[in-house]
Amino acid sequence: MSNTAKTLVIASAVAAAVTGVATTASAQAKEKCYGVSLAGQNDCAAGPGTTCAGTSTVDYQGNAWTLVDAGTCADIELPKSADGAAREGSLEPLERDLPA
Amino acid sequence: MSVSQTTFRAALLDPSAAVPDGLWDAAERPAGRRFSVYRNNVAVSLTEAMHQAFPVIARLLGTQNMDGLAGLFLRKHPPSSPLMMYYGEEFPEFLAGMEQLSHLGYLADVACLELALRQSYHSADSQAAPHDALAVPPEEIVLAKLEFAPSMKFLRSDWPLYSIWRFNSEEGAPKPAPGSEDVLITRPEFDPAPHLLPKGGADWIAHVQAGLTIGEAFEQTSTVFPEFDLGATLALLLQGGAITSVTIERLAT
Repeated sequence: MSNTAKTLVIASAVAAAVTGVATTASAQAKEKCYGVSLAGQNDCAAGPGTTCAGTSTVDYQGNAWTLVDAGTCADIELPKSADGAAREGSLEPLERDLPA
Repeated sequence: MSVSQTTFRAALLDPSAAVPDGLWDAAERPAGRRFSVYRNNVAVSLTEAMHQAFPVIARLLGTQNMDGLAGLFLRKHPPSSPLMMYYGEEFPEFLAGMEQLSHLGYLADVACLELALRQSYHSADSQAAPHDALAVPPEEIVLAKLEFAPSMKFLRSDWPLYSIWRFNSEEGAPKPAPGSEDVLITRPEFDPAPHLLPKGGADWIAHVQAGLTIGEAFEQTSTVFPEFDLGATLALLLQGGAITSVTIERLAT
C-alpha cells in the first residue's frame, strides 16, 4: 500500500469513528434507575472495604440503583410485589421495599 | 501486652497455632478464646472481601470453592495495605499456580480483568478531549499522538476473556466460544465497563501509549494483524471518554 493510500485508510477510519461517536453519544447516555436491582447486585465496582458494594439487602430495594439505558428504566419487567401491586423502576428513590 | 507483633500476626493467620501468651483483657485475665474470635473474624472478613473483589471467579468456581480458595489465599497473602479496595493483587498469580485448577487456564486472566475493573474505578478523574479534536485533515491525523485517561485499561488474553466475563455477569449473555479476546476497560462516567477489542486493538493502544503517532502505530499493528480495525478501536476509546489529549506536530510548511 502506498503512503497516500495508507493515510486515506487511517483518515477514513478515524473520521468514521469520530462521526459515529458524535451521533451515538447522546443516545447512549445512562441514567440512574432506582428500584430495579436484585439484592447485592446493584452496580458498584468499588470493591471490598468500600461502603457501597452489594449494600442493597432486599430485592428491588427502592433506594439502590443500577445504570440502565436512558429511557428503559420504567420498562424493566419485575416480578409483582407480595401484595400483588405492580412494581416499576423509577428515576427517584422509592419509599417501598426498604430494609427493615 | 508482652506478646510480639510477629508472634501475634503468625498466630492470627494460623488456626492451629496456640493463643499467644501475654494477651490480657481489661481485668487482666488471659484473653483465651477472645483471640480465637478475633482470628476467626479476620479470616471471615477477608474471605468476604475476596467474594466482593472477584465476583466472576466466585461464580465460576461456586461459593464453597471460593471460600476454600480465599482461606488459602488470605493466609498466604494477607493485606499489605489498609486500602481494602485493592486487595487481591496477587490472586491471578495464585490461581495460575494452583495445580487443582490447572484445567481452568482462563481463571488467572478473569481475575486480572476483575482487578483491572477495580483499578479503573479508583483511577484519577480526567477530562475527555473534545469530540472534534480528531476532525482534522488526513495528513495531520496520521501524525497525531494521543494520551489516554488513567481509568483506561486493556488486557490481552489467549482465552475468550470478554465473553467469559459477560456470560457470568450479564443475564442472558451468549455462551463463550473458543478463541482469544482482548479487553478494553473504559470509565465514561463513574463506573468502568469492559469492551471487546478488535484483533490488534491492544497492540495499537500499546504502541500509541508508548508515544507512536496514530499512523506509526497503525503500520506496526497491521503488519501483525492485517485485519486490524482502527475505526472500531477508536470508536470504543472515544465512546468511553478514554482519549484525554490529541497532539499534532504539524509539518513545517
